[in-house]
Amino acid sequence: MRIRTTTAVVAGVSSLALLTGCGAADMTKQASPFANAQGAKTVTLSVQSWVGAQANVAVAQYLLEHELGYRVDTVQVDEIPAWDALSQGRVDAIMEDWGHPDQEERYIKDKRTIVPGGDLGVTGHIGWYVPTYFAKKHPDVTDWKNLDKYADQMRTAESGGKGQLMDGSPSYVTNDKALVKNLDLDYQVVFAGSEAAQITQIKQFAKAEKSFLTYWYEPQWLFKKVPMTEVKLPAYKEGCDADPEKVACAYPHTPLQKYLNADFARSGGEAAALLKKFKWTTEDQNEVSLMIAEQKLSPEAAAKKWADSHESTWKSWLS
Amino acid sequence: MATVTADAPRTALPGFLKQSVVRKLLLLALAAAVLVPLADARWASGSWPGALTVDVSEPLTRVSDWIIDNRDSHPLFIYFLGHISNAVVICVRAVYLVLLAAGWAGVTAAASLVAWRVAGPRLAAGTGVAFLACGFLGMWVPTMQTLALMVVAVLTSVAVGVLLGLAAGLSDRLDRMLRPVLDTMQVLPAFAYLLPVVLVFGIGVPAAVLATVVYAAPPMARLTALGLRGADKEVLEAVESLGTTARQRLLTARIPLARKELLLGLNQTIMMALSMAVIASVIGAGGLGDRVYQALASVDVGAALAAGIPIVLLAVVLDRVTGAAGEQLGEEPHPNGRRLWLYALVGTAAVAVAGRLAGRLDWPDAWALNIAEPVNRAVDWMTDHLYSGVPVVGGTADWAAHFTTWVLDPVRDGLLWLPWWSVLLIVAALAWLIGTWRTALTAVLAMAAIGVLGVWKPSLDTLSQVLAAVAVTLVLGFATGIAAARSDRVERLLRPVLDVFQTMPQFVYLIPVVALFGVGRAPAVAAAVVYALPAVVRITTQGLRQVDPAALESSRSLGATPAQQLRQVQLPLARPALLLAVNQGVVLVLAVVIIGGLVGGGALGYEVVAGLARGDLATGLVAGAAIVCLGLMLDRVTQPTVRRAKKGA
Repeated sequence: MRIRTTTAVVAGVSSLALLTGCGAADMTKQASPFANAQGAKTVTLSVQSWVGAQANVAVAQYLLEHELGYRVDTVQVDEIPAWDALSQGRVDAIMEDWGHPDQEERYIKDKRTIVPGGDLGVTGHIGWYVPTYFAKKHPDVTDWKNLDKYADQMRTAESGGKGQLMDGSPSYVTNDKALVKNLDLDYQVVFAGSEAAQITQIKQFAKAEKSFLTYWYEPQWLFKKVPMTEVKLPAYKEGCDADPEKVACAYPHTPLQKYLNADFARSGGEAAALLKKFKWTTEDQNEVSLMIAEQKLSPEAAAKKWADSHESTWKSWLS
Repeated sequence: MATVTADAPRTALPGFLKQSVVRKLLLLALAAAVLVPLADARWASGSWPGALTVDVSEPLTRVSDWIIDNRDSHPLFIYFLGHISNAVVICVRAVYLVLLAAGWAGVTAAASLVAWRVAGPRLAAGTGVAFLACGFLGMWVPTMQTLALMVVAVLTSVAVGVLLGLAAGLSDRLDRMLRPVLDTMQVLPAFAYLLPVVLVFGIGVPAAVLATVVYAAPPMARLTALGLRGADKEVLEAVESLGTTARQRLLTARIPLARKELLLGLNQTIMMALSMAVIASVIGAGGLGDRVYQALASVDVGAALAAGIPIVLLAVVLDRVTGAAGEQLGEEPHPNGRRLWLYALVGTAAVAVAGRLAGRLDWPDAWALNIAEPVNRAVDWMTDHLYSGVPVVGGTADWAAHFTTWVLDPVRDGLLWLPWWSVLLIVAALAWLIGTWRTALTAVLAMAAIGVLGVWKPSLDTLSQVLAAVAVTLVLGFATGIAAARSDRVERLLRPVLDVFQTMPQFVYLIPVVALFGVGRAPAVAAAVVYALPAVVRITTQGLRQVDPAALESSRSLGATPAQQLRQVQLPLARPALLLAVNQGVVLVLAVVIIGGLVGGGALGYEVVAGLARGDLATGLVAGAAIVCLGLMLDRVTQPTVRRAKKGA
C-alpha cells in the first residue's frame, strides 16, 4: 500500500511538473486557453462596453477572418483591466483608448510590455448634454451658468431634491463629481452603472420628451436617434484637469489611440500589421455602431455591410 | 439550489420561550444602558464616528502596486502562483480541444449516452435536445468554452471540497475550525470575490476558474463532512470488529456509505459553478457568460437571452442527471452494466468519427434560429406600452418612481437617521432572539466592521434596498407558495417557470428592468425580487406540504375552514421552513442588489463595479468586505435554527 501511494505521488508531481514546465512559470506570458485552437492562427481583441468600441472590433474581426484567415476571439473587459490584460498577453490589442496617462507611464515607458498602435482616426470628446428639443425651448440652458435655473426640471426620484446629472459606467473617464462641486451647481451625479443602462434611460426620456442632463460623448450613434446639444462648460486649457479634486473646466478633445501587446506587435505578422494600419473616420464608426445598436444587426453582419461598401478604405490597411 | 435541511427541533415551550425572550431583552437593555451613554459621550451619535474608522486605502493601493510590479519577477509568482495559473490554462485548453475534436455530433452523442446510462432514456433524449438547441441558437463554440471551464472548475472544486470534507468529517477539531469558514463562504455574494483574484491572476480564464472554485467548493466540503459523520454507527462497529485499519474503514465503509451526500454535493457544486461562470465574465472568462455580458452592453435583450438559454439548459440537464444518479444509487446495479457502458462508449466514438469524416465538426452556420429579433420586438412593445401613461394604474416608470420615493427613500433615510449604536443594538436583539449569543456576537461584529472600514453610509443604503426587496419577495413568495401548496395544478404549472428564473443568469434581467423601471435603485430591487422569488416559493410550498396530515385532518374534523386551517395549523407548523425561506431570500436578494450597481443601484454594488473597472483595489476590496459583512450579518439575523444540530450541515 505504502509503495503504491509513494509511486502515485511521485507520478503525480512529476506529471504536474512536466505539464507546467519545470521551474519558473511566468504568468505574465499566458495566452487565453481558447486561442490558437486546432492550429488556427488567432488574435484576441478586447472589447470595451461602449458600442463604438464594438464597431472597431467588429470590422477588424471581419477583415482578419475573411481577408487574412485568422480566427478572432473577443473578450469584454473594462478599460483599466484591459491594459493589464494587454500587458500580460491575454489580449493582443485595444482598438480604442480614451487616454490613460498612468497606464501609459507604467506599461509603455517602464515595463515596455505594450506599444502604441497609432491613431484610430476618430476624435473623442466628453461633455454634458441636454436633448435638443429642450435646448430649443430654453436656449440659455446651454451655458453652465444657467443650469441651476433648470435644476427643478431635471429632478428625478434618484437625485434627492437636486437636479440629476446622469453619468454612465464607473469605468469611463469622468470628473463630474468634482465639476458639480467646484462649479457649485445644484445637481447630484447619478451613475447609471453601465452605458447600456444609460442609453436605455435616455431613450425613455426622449420618448416622453422629458428634460434631462447627461454625461455623454462623441462619437456616438445615439445622436442620430436622440439629438442632443452640448452644454458649455468653462473652456478646457492644457493641464486644467491635472488635479482631479480641483477640476473646474471642460473635457479635452482626444484623438483616440490603439495599443498593442509588445510581443504581438513584433511577431503578430499580417494581423499586427493590419491592426496598426486600421484608421477610419467618425462617420464610418457611427455607421457601424448604428447598425449594431439600433438595427440590432449582429456585429459581424454590420461589419460585412460596411466592408462591402467601403472597400477602398480598408484595402489600404491590407497592403 | 436551496436544500431544505430544516426539520429543526421546534423551539421550546411557549412559556419558557417568552421568559427567555424577556431575559435576553432585559440583558441587552442593561448592557445598552451602560454602554450607550459612554459611547454617546465619547463619540457623538448619528452616523458612524470618524474616530472609529481605519483608512485602509493607502496600504491596499501599495499592495496592488507591489503585485503589478513584481508579478513577472518575484519567486512567489514565478514558482507558485504562476504554476497554478499555467495548470489551469493547460487543463481548460485540453478539455476544450477534446470537445472541439469530438465535434458537435460527438459531444451531443457522448452527453446523451452518459445520461442514458446514468439516468435513463427520457433524460438522455432531453440531454440530446438541449445540446442541439445550444447549436441552433448559434452558441455552439461559446457553449463548449463554458463547458471546458466548467469541467475544470467543477473537478477542482470537488477535489478541494472532498479534501476539506474529509478533514472535517474525520476530525472534530478541524470540523469546528472549518464550519464557520464554510458558513461564511456560502453567504458571500460572488461579486465580492472577483477583484482580489483578478489582481493576482490578471483578467482571464485562470482568475475565473479560481473564483469559481472558491465559490463552489463549500457545498461539496460540507456535504462530504455530513456524509462521513452520518454513517451508520452499527455498520462501522461491525467493520471495526473485523480488525480493519482506519484507512480501510474509511475506504470500504465510510465513503461508500456517504455516496448519497457526495452526489448531492456534486450536484450543488455544479449549480453554483454554473451561476459563477456568468458572473466571471466580468473578469474575462469568455464563453456564454461573455456573450450575455456583451449583449448587455449593446442593450440587446434578445442576444442576451440567446446566450442565457444554453446556460439554463446546461443547468437543468446537469441538475436532473446528477439528481437521477443519486436516486438510483441504492438500487441493484444493472446485470449488464459494464457491457452497456461499453456500447455507450463505442456509440460515441462512432458518431464522433462519422462527424469528422463527413467534415461536419463545426456547427453548420445555416442551422441557426434567430430568436433575438422577436424577443427584442416583444421587449420594445412592453416598454412602449407599459413604461408610462397607462390609464388608471400608471406606467411602470411611475411605479418605480413611487417605490423609490415612498419606500426606498424613507427606509434609507430612516436607517441613516438612526444613531450608529442603536443599529448595532437592533442587530444584536434580532440575532439573539432568533439564534444564540454567538450568532448575535457575529452579527454585531460584522456590522461594526462595516463602520470601521468607513463605508457605513453606502452599506446602509444597500441594506435599505435589501430590506425593501426582501419585503416584496416575501409577500409575493409566500402568497405564491401557499397557492402552490394548495393546488397540484398550480405547482405543476409553476415548476418550469421557477426552474428558468432560478438558473437564468442574473445579467439577463438587468436590461429589461431598466427598460421598464428606468435607471436607479428600483430596477436593482426588481431584478433581485425576480431572482430570489423561486427559492422562497419552493421552500414555502415544500414546508406547507410537509405539515403533518394528521394535524390537518383533526383540525378539519373540528370544522375549521380552509383559511383557518392555513392560519392556525399549516403556517405555525411550517414555521421553520418559512424562516429558512426568509434566510434564503435575504442571501439571494443581497447577491443581486449588488449586481444592481450596473443599472444605477449605487451604494456598495457601484463601488465594487467601480473597483473592478478602474483596477482600484482600495475601493473595490473595501466595498467587497462590507458586502461580506452585510451578508454575514443578514444571515445571522435570519438564521432559522435555534442551535445548529450537533452533526449536520
